[in-house]
Amino acid sequence: MTHDNEHGADSGVTKIFGALKSFGAPRLIIIGFLVILWILALTIKIPMPALFSDTLIRLGMNAVLTLAMLPSITGGTSLFFGLPLGIICGLLGGVMSIEMNLRGFTAFFGAIAMSLPLAVLVGLGYGWLMNRVKGSEMTVGTYIGFAFVSLMSFGWVTLPFHNPEMAWAIGKGVRVTVSLEGRFSGILNNFLSVTIAGVKIPTGALMFLTLMCLLVWLFYRTQLGHAMRFAGMNPKFAEASGINVNRMRILGIVISTILGAIGILVYAQGFGFLQLYNAPMYMGFIAAAGILIGGASLKSARISHVILGTFLFHGILVVALPVANTVATLGSLAEISRAIVSNGIILYALAQKGGES
Amino acid sequence: MAKGESCILKMQGITKDYFGTRVLKGIDLELKPGEIHGIVGENGAGKSTLMNILFGMPVIHSTGGYGGAIEVKGNPVSIGSPFDAMKLGIGMVHQEFMLIPGFSITENIKLNRELTKSTLFSKIFGPRLESLDIEAMGNDAKKALKSLDLGIDEWSKVAGLPVGHMQFIEIAREIDKSNIKVLVFDEPTAVLAESEAENLLKAVRKLAGEGVAILFITHRLHEIMAVCDRITVLRDGGMVTCVERTRTSMPELARLMVGRQLDEAVRIHPDTSAKPLALRIRNFSVDMPGETAKKIDLDVHEGEILGIGGLAGQGKIGIANGVMGLYPAKGEVSFFGKPLPLNNPKGAILEGLAFLSEDRRGVGLLLDMSIEMNIVSSAMVIQGKFLKKYGFFTQVDKAGVRRHALETIKNLDIRCKGPDQSVRRLSGGNQQKVCVAKALALDPKFLFVSEPTRGIDVGAKKLVLDTLVDLRDKLGLTIVMTSSELAELRTICDRIAIVNDGKIVGILAPNADDTDFGLMMAGDYDAR
Repeated sequence: MTHDNEHGADSGVTKIFGALKSFGAPRLIIIGFLVILWILALTIKIPMPALFSDTLIRLGMNAVLTLAMLPSITGGTSLFFGLPLGIICGLLGGVMSIEMNLRGFTAFFGAIAMSLPLAVLVGLGYGWLMNRVKGSEMTVGTYIGFAFVSLMSFGWVTLPFHNPEMAWAIGKGVRVTVSLEGRFSGILNNFLSVTIAGVKIPTGALMFLTLMCLLVWLFYRTQLGHAMRFAGMNPKFAEASGINVNRMRILGIVISTILGAIGILVYAQGFGFLQLYNAPMYMGFIAAAGILIGGASLKSARISHVILGTFLFHGILVVALPVANTVATLGSLAEISRAIVSNGIILYALAQKGGES
Repeated sequence: MAKGESCILKMQGITKDYFGTRVLKGIDLELKPGEIHGIVGENGAGKSTLMNILFGMPVIHSTGGYGGAIEVKGNPVSIGSPFDAMKLGIGMVHQEFMLIPGFSITENIKLNRELTKSTLFSKIFGPRLESLDIEAMGNDAKKALKSLDLGIDEWSKVAGLPVGHMQFIEIAREIDKSNIKVLVFDEPTAVLAESEAENLLKAVRKLAGEGVAILFITHRLHEIMAVCDRITVLRDGGMVTCVERTRTSMPELARLMVGRQLDEAVRIHPDTSAKPLALRIRNFSVDMPGETAKKIDLDVHEGEILGIGGLAGQGKIGIANGVMGLYPAKGEVSFFGKPLPLNNPKGAILEGLAFLSEDRRGVGLLLDMSIEMNIVSSAMVIQGKFLKKYGFFTQVDKAGVRRHALETIKNLDIRCKGPDQSVRRLSGGNQQKVCVAKALALDPKFLFVSEPTRGIDVGAKKLVLDTLVDLRDKLGLTIVMTSSELAELRTICDRIAIVNDGKIVGILAPNADDTDFGLMMAGDYDAR
């Protein structure tokens, strides 16, 4: 070991290491992975503008769902694995808006408006339950989510929706996927959309995302938002400060449920379909992986984590598939590699739940 | 106890440093076979550290070991682990019972030292497969129980036995070890009823009669006087004296234990007895684990600094936590003549009470938040200060928060890089000042302060105490300060209430006799 220029080099290196450390090794690794994939894609001549378009579109579609993790984490109930509950409320809103034969923005915002009261009710109930299983919120939440999805499979069959666009041929119940063509498919993605250098930018979706983030940000600056954050950070401190910790935990969950409901409608407008029955089952994991990769921990999270994490997670998914398919040209690899990559990222994110220090 | 009798255990010039702070300053201890040797001292006097050294506990060796020498039967020994201590014949009866409830008494006594006999399998596969010699184990257990005059069946289960019996089983386990020479009792009577304690003392005498040397650690001076041959008094990590029981008395021990450590400066204590009552507590009980308070009656006058002292675990901490609604409480509390809602932290804060918790880092602060957010936290979420209102909607008034934080940092002299530094990296004294600032942001009329100088450097302690006096003198706050350190209570308080066994034993002036303080803290005041 040489001692040349020890002082200057040392402090410089420590500073850089310090900065990197606080940014978090897991995030650096994921970013490095994404960059490597991009370079690979470039070398095997996959059209980059299309890749970036897809990444932006998927960011707009998924970020609100990831954002739904935030209030739950900061309210002290950890990752919101009850997300399928919020999603089902959103789907119900969407189905009702079709039943009422709404179209365009009216259909989209009508769906949101109708799902909100449901989400509040469901969130209250879920929150009440979470206060009774303190310490195992994530496990219990996961199974509540599963159970609710299965229960609603009955619901979708028996609910009295009659619009032929979505009803089964027998006339009762709703189909597994309901097309939003002519309803609110692409309503945000195409709003004010522009194409720059071959990259299609889903302006409306990104604007809506910004609006949602702004509302959440404003909430955290209110008296109530601070109380909720204190309660999540240190329940004993909050209790001693006269904050009703249990109520704050429920509040976080209710907001998360609402964001889940809105999130699925944003997702559906981009996807073009409402996916019912078992489809919401695993969406909670994707959102959780997103916010964890973004740098959140099980106890603290910020809006920047939501955006960065969603971008990284879906950016990798978008680019990994064509790359994998080109590199290994076996017949039906697409579905397998999709499963490996997405579940791999989820596993990695959950294993690295330390977050930004 | 003739002179020249050989010592079984000799500890000489024992010192111990924790991170540069000397917690033991040269302790000498000699123990002869059959002697009962008492060790007394306040919390933090160094009793536990000394015992940890004797048992080679990892906490000692992972922090740099100790200084001085230990001899067993005249041979210098080095005790590197509890196992070494056990091999040398040193045993300990723990304060918390280490028993397995589902096992029988015999099984507990013989745990990990089971007697075995060989079997066919053990002859082939080795001694791990020997079967238990149940009969021999039972006989041994019976013998051990008998030597303690304990008439219970050695095969009954430990679960469901009275606490007193569990203590005896712990003792039986130690004396069953055939080579036991020194037995340490750490606060053995703390959890026992009076009659059980009597039995225990009898057993201790009997053991000593059989030649076992006994180290008896307790706060209860009358027990020390009842059984011990010699008594070592520790104070602040130093050895005050070692006396024969016959040459001392309970009041003298109490005085030696407390010692006079008063500041040179004599404070002027304003006479507040004519002032209206700020807080009136009647028949007040608090269910705080480990610090239960029972049927407390206490009056606090406006503008006074009242101290609450006593040993750890006696319930002094429970009083403030109960009034602030943090632990379930019942009884009558009125605040400036108005009944105070109990079990309602928000209500207490809105009435004008504020609290500096004894658990500064756990309850008092949000360690990863900035100094300014910590300062305004309670005032903002409970009283709605530092907010801008837009109809239903509120937003934090960042500029107002910053202004208030800068002003407070200056007034209280909080040493920091700036108001947006997180409090985790502040020193203990500065963290405490942030807690003070947080309480002051509420504009309280009344302040509860618990253990304000715990974990704070000696130099900074005085600053914290001076700050409290300033708050009373300049802002007219009424303060109730709870502390385990009698010396600091006597430095700033106008009156000091001493709590023992969950009750207030008496209220003394700060300059009252050391003996009275010592006896009250030990719970032996009435016996005088």
